[in-house]
Amino acid sequence: MTATYPFNETGSLDLDDAYREAQQTPGMIRVQLPYGEPAWLATRYADARLVLGDQRFSRAAAGDRDEPRMQAGRLTGGILSMDPPGHTRLRTLVAKAFTVRRVEEMRPRVREIAAELVAAMVRKGAPADLVDLFALPLPVAVICELLGVPVADRPKFRVWSDNALSTSRLTADEFLASREEMRDYMRGLISSHREQPADDLMSALIDARDSADRLSELELVDLCAGILVAGHETTASQIPNFLVTLFDHPDALARLRAEPELIPGAVEELLRFVPLGAGAGFPRYATEDVRVGDVVVRAGEPVVVAIGAANRDALRFTDADTLQVDRPPTQHLGFGHGVHHCLGAALARVELQEALRVLLADLPNLHLAGDIEWKRDLIVRGPVTMPVGW
Amino acid sequence: MTWHVDIDKTVCIGSGMCAALAPELFRLDDDYAEPVAAEIEPTDIALDAADQCPTMAITVRDGDKEVGPRP
Repeated sequence: MTATYPFNETGSLDLDDAYREAQQTPGMIRVQLPYGEPAWLATRYADARLVLGDQRFSRAAAGDRDEPRMQAGRLTGGILSMDPPGHTRLRTLVAKAFTVRRVEEMRPRVREIAAELVAAMVRKGAPADLVDLFALPLPVAVICELLGVPVADRPKFRVWSDNALSTSRLTADEFLASREEMRDYMRGLISSHREQPADDLMSALIDARDSADRLSELELVDLCAGILVAGHETTASQIPNFLVTLFDHPDALARLRAEPELIPGAVEELLRFVPLGAGAGFPRYATEDVRVGDVVVRAGEPVVVAIGAANRDALRFTDADTLQVDRPPTQHLGFGHGVHHCLGAALARVELQEALRVLLADLPNLHLAGDIEWKRDLIVRGPVTMPVGW
Repeated sequence: MTWHVDIDKTVCIGSGMCAALAPELFRLDDDYAEPVAAEIEPTDIALDAADQCPTMAITVRDGDKEVGPRP
């Protein structure tokens, strides 16, 4: 039997019961995503880790197939559609900007931006929309400074970013048209950076292309666009998601206020606990027959990985469905695993830690002040608006 | 002259980045990464791997001097 996928409701952060059933079913289950061919669905931690980490599974192989996906349109050719060694070549070029050491140097600046945003929100008065005034502008400001994109262009690239992650809003043609608009915008920025290099990642990537020919012009354009989108959308969703989760766990929230030194560990636990994805995507294709738990995935068959479910697998985590802000370090899959492990993980950690630190310290009575409006048609879940008071 | 590679298993999360980047230098053994050989010929790819480790679990030393992760 093939189950209709995705399982999760978009108007909450719950993990759908269908994942529990799948985890209790031997082997993996077959699913049909809204678009593309049927796939295996990995919901257990061990299976997820194997599929994401084993090089017998390929992302590039999806290129010739009607890959299982949440969206009518297809993102092809980007870094997420590549295998080593091509993937490694591109990733190494950008990775230098996102190392733990580099990102730690940015922490004071991230904290400063967060404090300024909270102060501005307070001046404006309660109730205020935490998404529009804090959760979105914080990662946008950080990635814009890092990459070299004018922060004032946020209204423009927000539209393209939402389109890139939309599951229902666009036809395949509209999806591609939106991507072309974003590419044109990036080409414009690249051209002005070529004339006037700055101390930012875009200038460094332009230099890697122009002086060392280490990537093509289109790779340069798509890499910059990809970093801009990936660099803010998920963090902007997880900041309010983490707060919603903490409001649901008042004891945990009180503990973090009293012991802010627990925040880094709490962020890791929240990354494990909160199922960000509405479903799953980026199928991995077996390049040979591979045994995954009780199933042999045949060469040429795709597997999608439900990270949110794997992170709550009772076989792997004690009290998997309990939020424990002082949980000892886990090897959660919140940033993925293997060659496509989130490039910006260190930056996301700093942003999430500093966001919580500043919000909890500066707004000791932060609370929900109205109904949350949820994103309904994106591949990530989270509030569109979240009214708060303090 | 050789370099010495260490992986701190108390901080390694087994992301698999190093093994993906430089399979000739690192392998993933169940949950953790380990160097294929502790002593290696100097190579930039070892420094790239140390830089990119999400938890900075990899240290590369030239004698007493730490050469990776780079500053």
